[in-house]
Amino acid sequence: MSAPAVLTPLPVLIPTLAAAATLFAGRRPRLQRAIAVLALTAVLGVCCALVYYADRDAPIAVHVGGWGQSVPGMGPLGITLVVDRLSALMLVVSTIVLLIVVCYAIGQGIRDGDERQPVSIFLPTYLVLSAGVCTAFLAGDLFNLFVGFEVLLSASFVLLTIGASAERVRAGIAYVMVSMVSSLIFLIGIALIYAATGTLNMAELAVRLEDVPAGTRSALFAVLLVAFGIKAAVFPLSAWLPDSYPTAPAPVTAVFAGLLTKVGVYAIIRTHSLMFPGGALDRVLMVAALLTMIIGILGAMAQSDIKRLLSFTLVSHIGYMVFGIALSSELGMSGAIFYVAHHIVVQTTLFLVVGLIERQAGASTLQRLGGLAAASPLLAIVFMVPALNLGGVPPFSGFIGKVALLEAGSQNGSVLAWFLVGGSVITSLLTLYVMARVWTKVFWRARADAPEGALASASPAALLDDSEDIAYTDRDDVGRMPIGMVAPTGALIAVGLALTVLAGPIFAYSERAGAEVLDRDQYVTAVLGGGG
Amino acid sequence: MTTYLVPLVLIGGLTSAGVYLLLERTLTRMLLGLLLIGNAVNLLFLTVGGPSGNPPVRGRTSDGQTATADPLAQGMILTAIVISMGIAAFVLALTYRSYRLNSDEDVDDDAEDTRVSQSSGEAAGDDEPSTPDVRRDTDEPDELDALPGYEGSR
Repeated sequence: MSAPAVLTPLPVLIPTLAAAATLFAGRRPRLQRAIAVLALTAVLGVCCALVYYADRDAPIAVHVGGWGQSVPGMGPLGITLVVDRLSALMLVVSTIVLLIVVCYAIGQGIRDGDERQPVSIFLPTYLVLSAGVCTAFLAGDLFNLFVGFEVLLSASFVLLTIGASAERVRAGIAYVMVSMVSSLIFLIGIALIYAATGTLNMAELAVRLEDVPAGTRSALFAVLLVAFGIKAAVFPLSAWLPDSYPTAPAPVTAVFAGLLTKVGVYAIIRTHSLMFPGGALDRVLMVAALLTMIIGILGAMAQSDIKRLLSFTLVSHIGYMVFGIALSSELGMSGAIFYVAHHIVVQTTLFLVVGLIERQAGASTLQRLGGLAAASPLLAIVFMVPALNLGGVPPFSGFIGKVALLEAGSQNGSVLAWFLVGGSVITSLLTLYVMARVWTKVFWRARADAPEGALASASPAALLDDSEDIAYTDRDDVGRMPIGMVAPTGALIAVGLALTVLAGPIFAYSERAGAEVLDRDQYVTAVLGGGG
Repeated sequence: MTTYLVPLVLIGGLTSAGVYLLLERTLTRMLLGLLLIGNAVNLLFLTVGGPSGNPPVRGRTSDGQTATADPLAQGMILTAIVISMGIAAFVLALTYRSYRLNSDEDVDDDAEDTRVSQSSGEAAGDDEPSTPDVRRDTDEPDELDALPGYEGSR
């Protein structure tokens, strides 16, 4: 077996085994932390190697257990894992984020956690989530994609309701119900596709779906789009997201915001370009993208809790990616891929920064915050850089991604595409406005001017949120920001800046990835031709 | 291929009953709704998996049939059953917790959402007080003057 074939299953295998190991090491927190960090570092190494191989050669297809082709002309019998440039890039970016966030969570736990913290289940669940995310990116057939989704969703249910306070239970119930409905719709889509074609292997579907009548094909595509649209939080299926994410602990929200919606976007890319090419529903997708952008950002303007505000900007920026996908052009696709990578990093960074703000100032709502620029200039810088990046200020990576999408939109030239170009410019400006609003309230005005500035939570909480409100002046001095939390945040900012500095090679890579995604032959030959 | 009407009617009936239950606010009903739809989807898999036949085990025959039943559909149903069982257990745990906390099992509205929607139109809640405090001496050292090495306007 060649090296890539050995490496491909590892991003799923390592976190799963590590999850089991951390579960057994539940009584020894230090060992648990070491296993988690080591495992994710190893996965990162593997993913970097996979990017190299996927970029150098054709896409890698591995038939798990050797259940490859049985009869010529028939698809593989077993589970197929496929790595092409797109999935390799997604794997690397997600693993970087997963690794950095776990370091942040560990740093926070060491400093602010106490013996009541449910640490013994946090790391195993987190690793299961990582395995689920990697499964979804590697899946070569629809049912395996479904299993990947279920693995990451089940883990996310536990992480979201950790500690089970009243607020988290309420948010968790809504989240569980919405996720399950989307999974059931996905399952219905799988059953219908199986009925129409008799296979679920994505490469074989790409071949067989061409024989299905156009109307049936659009209907199948629409069912899958609804399922993935809920997961990716595309308007009008996005209302669950700002409701549930903000209640979770800071590192959990950060990793959810960065990764879970992007898995949905990835699934949309795959179905749109590999299985249902031809752009049957592109106009629907474009309208959805426009509404997602505008309504998301208008929602963000009305919020006063920073976590909710960021959740709305998250929804809004999903619109950019859907826009790029719906253009069905090479530039649009590569712009969307670059934007996904950029957005995973920058959105996670911002949520980590909010975690720091919450710890230092004892609140995450604009009604209570103020004067942080004087209290902690470092925190101000740490917030400023990703905020400008999200707003798309040149020369940051957000600007580069948006320029690519705008160019692709103007190339398309249809009226709807121009509407989207206009909409994305407005959304970008409004994002900047929202970020400036947070900046002036949280960092520039004096805390005494905030309507509820006198209140704060009693103590910094790591994973539990049972802290009570007390007067701000009575709050114990929390000290400087712990290095275990600042260093990971700084590292993620550095990754965001690296996306800017190395934008040339990275964008060239995403152009190749976009071309590969649209030219389905390479993917199909890799899966059906090689035979493992 | 012949299509049997009974499973299709069952699928439709189970799904509509499930959707109806899912729209309730009581958690146990929502869970029942989810389970009903889940079963409908499993039945859908069984129906689309082709006609019945011999068990997909080498050398086994049943009732003198010639074709073999599709094992993949059955495999997928088993996976879906296991997943929905796990989720059902988790939802039951959440329901119990919600009952312990609130002594009911209805899903509440998002408090922050309600607050934001009510505050619209009036002065935004997080803004400065609309009337500036004219008695305040702006030359007084304030929070922003606390920068190290900077004594402000004193």
